[in-house]
Amino acid sequence: MENLLNIFVKSIFIDNMIFAYFLGMCSYLAVSKTVKTSVGLGIAVVFVLGITVPVDYLINNYLLRKGALSWLGADFASVDLSFLSFIMFIAVIASMVQLVEMVIEKFSPTLYASLGIFLPLIAVNCAILGGSLFMQERDYGSIAEATVFGLGSGIGWFLAIVAIAAIREKIRYSNVPAPLRGLGITFIITGLMGIAFMSFMGIKL
Amino acid sequence: MSTGTTEREPLFSAKTKKLLLGPLNKDNPITVQVLGICSALAVTVKLEPAVVMSISVIVVTAMSNLLISLLRNTIPPRIRIIVQLVVIAALVILVDQVLKAFVYDVSKQLSVFVGLIITNCIIMGRLEAFAMANKPWPSFVDGIGNGLGYGIILIIVAFFRELLGSGTIWGFHVMPKAFYELGYVNNGLMILPPMALIVVGIIIWVQRSRNPELQEEK
Repeated sequence: MENLLNIFVKSIFIDNMIFAYFLGMCSYLAVSKTVKTSVGLGIAVVFVLGITVPVDYLINNYLLRKGALSWLGADFASVDLSFLSFIMFIAVIASMVQLVEMVIEKFSPTLYASLGIFLPLIAVNCAILGGSLFMQERDYGSIAEATVFGLGSGIGWFLAIVAIAAIREKIRYSNVPAPLRGLGITFIITGLMGIAFMSFMGIKL
Repeated sequence: MSTGTTEREPLFSAKTKKLLLGPLNKDNPITVQVLGICSALAVTVKLEPAVVMSISVIVVTAMSNLLISLLRNTIPPRIRIIVQLVVIAALVILVDQVLKAFVYDVSKQLSVFVGLIITNCIIMGRLEAFAMANKPWPSFVDGIGNGLGYGIILIIVAFFRELLGSGTIWGFHVMPKAFYELGYVNNGLMILPPMALIVVGIIIWVQRSRNPELQEEK
């Protein structure tokens, strides 16, 4: 339990997807003009990361990694399919996004209406594939750890995009030098926020 | 594509030259089109991984543009995204295996970021915007041009971060000893991730003050 909490806090603050690894920057820059839309996208990312990371964990552990196929019999124990992981993960993500979209449309039309445009965009959000690849690289011990890591990374991303959207709404009233307007100042603010987030570094629960 | 009847363009006409060189400045994928920042900045602490990453991206953009452009008339529009993703993922797997075989330690440093070339928006963006509607040769050149435009930003950022952060370039010490004796210290802040964003911000600042037509409305 302590371990899970540690992973959760670590993935939100210390290994924040945006401030430490710059993942999902494309949609982070494009959609962060108003708080309302960025909240919608952020929730969608939390949702999709929380589903795809555990699914990819199962695929990685029971199909792809070295020795993962040993449940089929002793002959398969030495098969190593890990070179296929990119294509498998991206296929899982694309189909999961489609599935999540259909489920939400069926059960919660209001949520669907607010997330609508963002859901398909998520399939090519680097943060989602990045979550699965980090999960594979860090070799989490159980599916609970992988799920917590996925949710934590999503929440970290959510916090980052809502914070930058709020700052961008305010910065409209200030006099930014013309060449820095829009993109330039957003980069610099993100850098400064990243420095602030680095103060969480080294926290161990 | 049958080009036998129509008049053939010279291999490097003014148009293809523009495709190749435009992305280096006024049409830069990172600072102007805002594509592909995702996997870019984490690999710029040192020059070597940045160069390897740029070369990988150039290869993938050029080859995927070429392949999709060859296939463009046979891909049903409804499922084009998944076809594009499969082509890109296959190319990235090839690149990843080559890197693991020949430059293993760099491939360890790049870790997940090689895989993240798949979701690099430059590649999808160029496939959608260019390769689906153009002939193979211009698409190939467009891919190389955009890969170069991405690479040049990566290399500029990595150059400054390595020089100021550790006083080296490509692992060789270039800051003179005399500087250190006078009290110069390496700026450890440059090695930390947030500085990559600030360096890109400064590049955008310089570029937009030189090209005022790129500046954004308030």
